[in-house]
Amino acid sequence: MSALPAAAPSRAIGLETRGMTKVFGSLVALDDVSIDVKPGSFHALLGENGAGKSTLVKCIMGFYQPTRGQVLVNGAEVQIPNPKAARDLGIGMVYQHFTLVPSLTATENLVIARADVPAVIDWRKEKRTLAELIDRLPFKVPMDVPVSGLAAGEKQKLEILKQLYLDQRFLILDEPTSVLTPQEADEILGLLRGMTDAGDLTILMISHKFREVTQFADDVTVLRKGAFVGSAPAKDLTVGAMSRMMIGDMKLRERAARKPYTNQPVVLELAGLFADDDEGLPAVEAVSLKVHAGEIVGIAGVSGNGQSELIECLSGQRPLTDGRLFVKDEPYEPERRKMARFKVFGLQEEPLKNAAVPKMSVAENLAFRSFDQPPISKGRGWLSPGPMRARAKELIAAYRVKTPGPDEPIQNLSGGNVQRAILARELSSDVDVLVVANPCFGLDFASIAEIRGQIMDQRNRGAAVLLVSEDLDEILELADRVAVMSEGKITYVALASETDRNTIGQHMAGHH
Amino acid sequence: MDDVGLSTVLLAMLAGAIRVSTPFLFVALGECLTEKSGRINLGLEGTLVFGAMAAYAVSYETGSPWLGVFVAGLTGVCFGALHGAICKLKGVNDIAIGIALMLFGTGLAFFFGKGYIQPVAPRLEGVQLGSWSTDPSVQKALEVNPLFLIGIALAVVMWWAFRNTRLGLVVRTTGDSAPAALALGINVDLVRFLATAAGGFLAGVGGAFLSLYYPGSWTEGLSSGQGLMAVALVIFARWNPLACFGAALLFGAAGALGPALQSIGISRGYHFFNAAPYLMTLVIMILSISPKRSLRGAPGELSITK
Repeated sequence: MSALPAAAPSRAIGLETRGMTKVFGSLVALDDVSIDVKPGSFHALLGENGAGKSTLVKCIMGFYQPTRGQVLVNGAEVQIPNPKAARDLGIGMVYQHFTLVPSLTATENLVIARADVPAVIDWRKEKRTLAELIDRLPFKVPMDVPVSGLAAGEKQKLEILKQLYLDQRFLILDEPTSVLTPQEADEILGLLRGMTDAGDLTILMISHKFREVTQFADDVTVLRKGAFVGSAPAKDLTVGAMSRMMIGDMKLRERAARKPYTNQPVVLELAGLFADDDEGLPAVEAVSLKVHAGEIVGIAGVSGNGQSELIECLSGQRPLTDGRLFVKDEPYEPERRKMARFKVFGLQEEPLKNAAVPKMSVAENLAFRSFDQPPISKGRGWLSPGPMRARAKELIAAYRVKTPGPDEPIQNLSGGNVQRAILARELSSDVDVLVVANPCFGLDFASIAEIRGQIMDQRNRGAAVLLVSEDLDEILELADRVAVMSEGKITYVALASETDRNTIGQHMAGHH
Repeated sequence: MDDVGLSTVLLAMLAGAIRVSTPFLFVALGECLTEKSGRINLGLEGTLVFGAMAAYAVSYETGSPWLGVFVAGLTGVCFGALHGAICKLKGVNDIAIGIALMLFGTGLAFFFGKGYIQPVAPRLEGVQLGSWSTDPSVQKALEVNPLFLIGIALAVVMWWAFRNTRLGLVVRTTGDSAPAALALGINVDLVRFLATAAGGFLAGVGGAFLSLYYPGSWTEGLSSGQGLMAVALVIFARWNPLACFGAALLFGAAGALGPALQSIGISRGYHFFNAAPYLMTLVIMILSISPKRSLRGAPGELSITK
């Protein structure tokens, strides 16, 4: 695909790092990492959360100054004291979190990103130049509506378009497909791949999706705990080999076996739920689902299709405009009393924000479900800190929460350990209904395996589990039945054994 | 109420809208600029009062009311810069600093202004736009202050500049998404500092109007919360400078309701009608804010919308 006229191979930039090391205080975030990204190649950078991928690219982009080490562009050593210097060298980055300005239109976003914006902008001229550029590129995005109104896939395309508009010839992509459907991801990566093949572009992509790496990347470099593990052409590596390189010899929790059930009663029923979003627009429309005992129902969908609103309804954070919830055929409202009576528990997404009080101690956070009951409260509103701390210590030990002690503010714990603490609080008593949302977002492999194992354990003990996840792999691994949520509606329900990634992906995108 | 009475009241309210709205307009435009950059400066009430005092004092000492207006603007820059500089520090809340500066500004104005309550300073001259009419009340209603016209022009220019200039886009970017602004290499703190200082200038000029034109003297109860109401007005106007002008006229008309009714002999409930702008602020806040919806059009970085 020769999208650009001047498609000479020399346009793409090659980049090398030699002995990159970054030390923060006593922590070695990056230890002597050398990578070689050839011009016109699609290079994948693999590694767990905390493996040093972000630190490495931030050093390349000039956000951090490496403690030691050099960056070479097209074989010549360069100094990158700040992000502007990287930009001047033609190195651009597409961040995981969008850096577009929500209230500005696509056109305004592109123009403001330029280094030489005129004091008074002639929009007619700018639009003409932009249209000429876009005509030559495979990315199509609505240019005249505020970016806040674009879908995630369009925003991602616009981010890439912005880098190309700025004439950046070396693109760093930070998990670019985490908010896209598999089809959108394939489309965007395919287009980029076409541009690298044509020699217009070099790409360094941070990822942890093996599927994308094997399908699109030329070369793979793996980092682990801040150190370089290996680098090889993607076609020489199997998924098993890559995952061993990423995890090392660490023991992961074995996948729990799925206990077979037949003819289980319905425990949780969502009957015609409607709810509005923060703007007062309908976000959840006519959602009806039944979850049986000993069953995991997984709701797949691209983020922003009403899943967060649905979860908020189920956990009492958002009022329903219509519809009802039933637990074991009895009407259920998400109030503290009924949660306790019906044994409804939940693992929220971003637990530090949604399920914990960051500045309160681990012990206090662990007691949220039980602080008003004996033994912690013996009545008349008095709390006994003794039993609270004792219980907290038990849970911390049982769920291997890494914390300096029960009195540490929970915000000082790492993401994985906050999630473990919440897990301990929610799963340590009898659970009949479990509502889970994106439980593994941003966690390392060990925590992910642990948390998925715990969810499966609850299912096997007979709990009805409703799992909302943006990670299709997670849904396919855990769910007995899969539902797809698109534009606030459940558009597809199927047994996990009778469907596949492709079908689910098509329904996620709304084409069916 | 007969027809003559009604037309008198309406004319008086129009006149009032033109006369009273100018300080609202200037403070609202200043606040609009500051909030577009992502900060809230509640201290503009203090800036307004201090500007009024400074303008009156300078006009009295030098005999030039326009020099007074300019100095009032400069004192506003100082207050805005102080707010902007303090808010740069880590962990500081712009609303709390705003309240502190509001009290500081009014207090300082009372302290320095004690000696200027009695003397009479030269005032700003109005422009006669009503000479085409023979009706003296129409002529009086259309006697406008140049600052009013400057305010209108400023609202239009700001509206245009937010869309069509680099500076406008930079301010909007900073106010809507600081991470995006940083990624573009914009110095977020500097933009906010300058926007707050410029907003302070406008609020100071608004104060000069109070003491040098209408009501036209320096007293301690001069502003009676207009600076704070202007902040509510910006929310009502959805951060649009043109809408700020409309809203300022509305607030001005509401403020003129009491005196207008009194002029045709309805004095019962005078104080109640005088409270109309305050009541309107309350009603607008209730109508425009709902627990279920977030504010549409609000800059994403404001501490009240985050």
